Amino acid sequence: MAPLPPRSGDAVFANIERVNAELFSLTYGAIVRQLLTDLEEVDEVNKQLDQMGYNIGVRLIDEFLAKSNVSRCADFKETADVIAKVGFKMFLGVTASVTNWDADGMSCSLILEDNPLVDFVELPDTCQGLYYCNILSGVIRGALEMLCTSY
Amino acid sequence: MASIYSLFIISKSGGLIFYKDYGSSGRMDTNDSLRLASLWHSMHAISQQLSPTTGCTGIELLQADTFDLHCFQSLTGTKFFVVCEPGAQHMESLLKVIYELYTDYVLKNPFYEMEMPIRCELFDLNLSQAIQKDRVALLGR
Repeated sequence: MAPLPPRSGDAVFANIERVNAELFSLTYGAIVRQLLTDLEEVDEVNKQLDQMGYNIGVRLIDEFLAKSNVSRCADFKETADVIAKVGFKMFLGVTASVTNWDADGMSCSLILEDNPLVDFVELPDTCQGLYYCNILSGVIRGALEMLCTSY
Repeated sequence: MASIYSLFIISKSGGLIFYKDYGSSGRMDTNDSLRLASLWHSMHAISQQLSPTTGCTGIELLQADTFDLHCFQSLTGTKFFVVCEPGAQHMESLLKVIYELYTDYVLKNPFYEMEMPIRCELFDLNLSQAIQKDRVALLGR
């Protein structure tokens, strides 16, 4: 049987079950708020958000691969593109843009124009240094880590 | 007439996390299934090294006189393989369906620990439905 072609982010997003965006934003806000209350230190909260994201990422990657049929990426540039266009679209409903490539092609920035996590959010001065969306970095880290040790 | 004899799911590290047999023949106990899974995991890895073609990702189909073995490995290293009757059709698409059920009912269960044996009722339920649907579709042709 011929391998299935990779589906675009839009196609997958249309078929997947969705949750109310406001419920999602509010739930995430409640989590961050609770972490701040429990842990008090902004650095601790950042670390915890990253860890939570990591735990999500290691499980999310299989769903991403199953539903989008993407094949193994050839290089890091392709990986970043797939994450930005297919991955984010599939799970958050928005695409990111990939910019700020360094000379080696080893690092880049993923910019989210309208990030559903930060709808309605204003960070107060007491939360300087808080990476509010750090869960997303954790998710990407967890997901990619599951890929590099396979054959 | 059952087309599938058994289904195995092997974790990335090579341990058997799920085993179900459907046929009346070839039933095996836990130890045998564990042994078979480790054997397959090693053979799959060795076959990638032995392959004369570049970019080989391992054995996808093993054909014998009395059975066929179809194997699917995800990019994360989890292997799904079915032992079925010779000449069984559409096993690859069935394996993909099982992969999707795994991502939905096993991985999304927060109480499921990664790489541990699968004990998820929803997964068993949906898996039976998928196999049943496949069986019905087969008989319908």
